Amino acid sequence: MYAVIVGGGKVGANVGRALLRMGHEVSIVEARPSRFATLEAEFEHMARYGDGTEVFVLESAGMARADVCIAVTGDDEDNIIIGQVARDHFGVENVVARVNDPRNQEHFDLLGVAPTVCATESILSLIEHEVPQHSLVHLFSLRRENLDIMEIGVVGESRADGLTVGDLPMPAGTLLISVLRRRVGRVATPDTVLEAGDQVVVIAEPGQESALMEIFARE
Amino acid sequence: MFVVVVGCGRVGAQVARRLVDDGHDVNVIDRNAEALQRLGGDFPGEFVQGPALETTVLEAAGVERADAFVAATNGDNTNLVIAQVARDRYQVDCVIVRVLDPARAALYEQKGLVTVCPTRTAIDSMSDALRVFAASGAEGA
Repeated sequence: MYAVIVGGGKVGANVGRALLRMGHEVSIVEARPSRFATLEAEFEHMARYGDGTEVFVLESAGMARADVCIAVTGDDEDNIIIGQVARDHFGVENVVARVNDPRNQEHFDLLGVAPTVCATESILSLIEHEVPQHSLVHLFSLRRENLDIMEIGVVGESRADGLTVGDLPMPAGTLLISVLRRRVGRVATPDTVLEAGDQVVVIAEPGQESALMEIFARE
Repeated sequence: MFVVVVGCGRVGAQVARRLVDDGHDVNVIDRNAEALQRLGGDFPGEFVQGPALETTVLEAAGVERADAFVAATNGDNTNLVIAQVARDRYQVDCVIVRVLDPARAALYEQKGLVTVCPTRTAIDSMSDALRVFAASGAEGA
């Protein structure tokens, strides 16, 4: 696989190293002269100097034959344009983009640059997972597939408390996939009986949160 | 009509002034507060200070009810992103984008944006002026 990485900071360089270890071919495009010099010392001809939002720079980096474009500069507007140019002009099928400011996530979604990775959002969802403030925690969003994976605590005296998984009145567009009890996770079977204190992992289409809370969290 | 102009530099500020002189309502966005001075003290529209990538800033300037939107910051990519946001999210009918890089201007023109590329204009004017001179037969005279 050939990957063109645009943005050679910590994220870009480490993604490059990892892909090389996995046996892939990479180019890393970097616009800052001093950072480029550092990259060139390590990556040699695989490091390319230039503004990765310029079409001719992407062209000379071989974007036209790239299997994946990884847009990980520190500027969200640049990452959006790199993603669009890679996809629409060079016909790259897979684009992965970094969101620096989570407030810009909606622009990536609107302009069709997906999937995206946002460090702030990842840290927040890890905090939520470790120290839940609510009984429903979003673990992961499959944006392109329009699905969310979430973890929900089973509250005592809720409708779910004491029911088997098979008897749960799950809303359409949701599926319970596993039950975590005392930190041990198991793939759910219809016979599994839910107890207060369990955590269930559910995959759902968007907008099902309140229906799910009615079943698992409302006393 | 009501127009939102983003970027209050040499270009944006003069476009805003001209529209006001023609009798239109204009609000202006710029990330720097000092840019307001370019509009002159009697500018009747609102000036919103902040980064135009933020929807709260665009909305404070009234993008939701704008008839036209001008993206004229000094960043090509910022202009291209906010222009698409104005068109696709806020359904602004007329969106005009300044793009300095001719290659990106051409790409996004194909995608239906109205782009103005000062670089391309300069290249055309300069080479036309030189062609006129060459055709006049005055060279080497």
